[in-house]
Amino acid sequence: MRPFEYARAGNVTEAGQLAGRFIAGGTNLLDLMKLEVEAPEKLVDISRLPLDKIEETEDGGLRIGALVTNSDLAADPRIRRDYEVLSRALLAGASGQLRNKATTGRNLLQRTRCGYFYEPSQPCNKREPGSGCGAIGGFNRIHAILGASDKCIATHPSDMAVAMQALEATVETQKTDGSTREIPLIEFHRLPGDTPGVETVLEPGELITAVRLPKSLGGNQVYRKVRDRASYAFALVSVAAVVKMDGGKIEWARLAFGGLAHKPWRNHDLEEALKGEAPSSALFDKAADILLADAKGQGENDFKIPLARRTLKAVLAQATKGA
Amino acid sequence: MTTLKINGVEHELDIDARTSLLDACRDHLALTGSKKGCDHGQCGACTMLVNGRRINSCLTLAIMHEGDEITTVEGLGDPDNLHPMQAAFLEHDGFQCGYCTPGQIVSAVGMLGEVADGWPSHASADVDNGATLSGDEIRERMSGNLCRCSAYPNIIDAIETASTKLKENA
Repeated sequence: MRPFEYARAGNVTEAGQLAGRFIAGGTNLLDLMKLEVEAPEKLVDISRLPLDKIEETEDGGLRIGALVTNSDLAADPRIRRDYEVLSRALLAGASGQLRNKATTGRNLLQRTRCGYFYEPSQPCNKREPGSGCGAIGGFNRIHAILGASDKCIATHPSDMAVAMQALEATVETQKTDGSTREIPLIEFHRLPGDTPGVETVLEPGELITAVRLPKSLGGNQVYRKVRDRASYAFALVSVAAVVKMDGGKIEWARLAFGGLAHKPWRNHDLEEALKGEAPSSALFDKAADILLADAKGQGENDFKIPLARRTLKAVLAQATKGA
Repeated sequence: MTTLKINGVEHELDIDARTSLLDACRDHLALTGSKKGCDHGQCGACTMLVNGRRINSCLTLAIMHEGDEITTVEGLGDPDNLHPMQAAFLEHDGFQCGYCTPGQIVSAVGMLGEVADGWPSHASADVDNGATLSGDEIRERMSGNLCRCSAYPNIIDAIETASTKLKENA
């Protein structure tokens, strides 16, 4: 690990002004620093900031402090009762030890697990712009089938963010000048394009302070994760679904997908196609056709296209059962 | 100087900012019970309790833990007075080479605390309703601790025995 300067932030405004790389739980950043994939000159420790509460908002939703751990969020009675898909997604991710350290804010910023990104001797446009993409034509079993570019085919590894995408979460931030903004999660992550190293719309020094969930709309909530082993593995494909039924028909459905793209994926056309329809295998196939219309395999990950179809169909079958 | 409180004892350390909590204990305080397996949070051999919660001590900086209550396997029990989890691992032969064992034991103690607090897991049928400790629940909740000798069946038995004993003692 390269040497770095260490500073502890006393409050949110100071955190931005200290002008360094934020460290909270450290589980992703320190892993990458050991490999020298990341080598910040300065770490700003934000782990003691008072951003560890889950509060009810005026509109009946929840405001989750950026430092709430994955464990505490998954176990919160309000999350378990009203946002089950989020609790399920969190519990499907990582291990007990990691969930106890990993935070809500930094989970959104998790770096890809692409093997070329993780190996500094290999080309990677995300790690080293202009060096090329080793995964294109290389080992790409875990890589993207949607929204990729000829510069990067990496996927976003988070489960939590997929559920939050289906729940239409908003990210609250504070910039270095003290101003704040709210960014809908759907606009938060970027597709790789020509600059895969720029993964979100955050400005330098801008700190995530909270994630806001709108009032729960109920519905049937499902999170299904397909992975290489039964526990403690990243998703090959995951689907988060919140589906509201009305008299045997789908009143509305919100769906988000992990393991398929550089960001938690959502497709409004797919959701429109389900609205007002009675659930059937043909309908679910039509939904999968819409999702996968532009899907492109890279060789080793071609299997993800039929896998995403089957997973979506299974999730829709489960989420459209009952009232 | 960094002050760390480990197993109830405060230590003053002059350490490089890069030092992980694991390395601080092993290399600077001769607390070598916690093991370094992968050093990347994948194996769980380094598991410690921080303020009662289990974490991978290899993936956290020692300087970030001033004021925390840190417990290593040495703080759970000693040879003359074993923690029920340590005794259960002996009774059930919950290891072969033993390298992962301190991490397994500390993780299991932390895990039982999470169950006692009603935390659900990926294996729980109903996340809204807490959990009872079945074999499937133990396997899921302990998935962050790998055992290359694959002593898993006896590890599960040991944790079940210790769980029962700890409930009787409570």
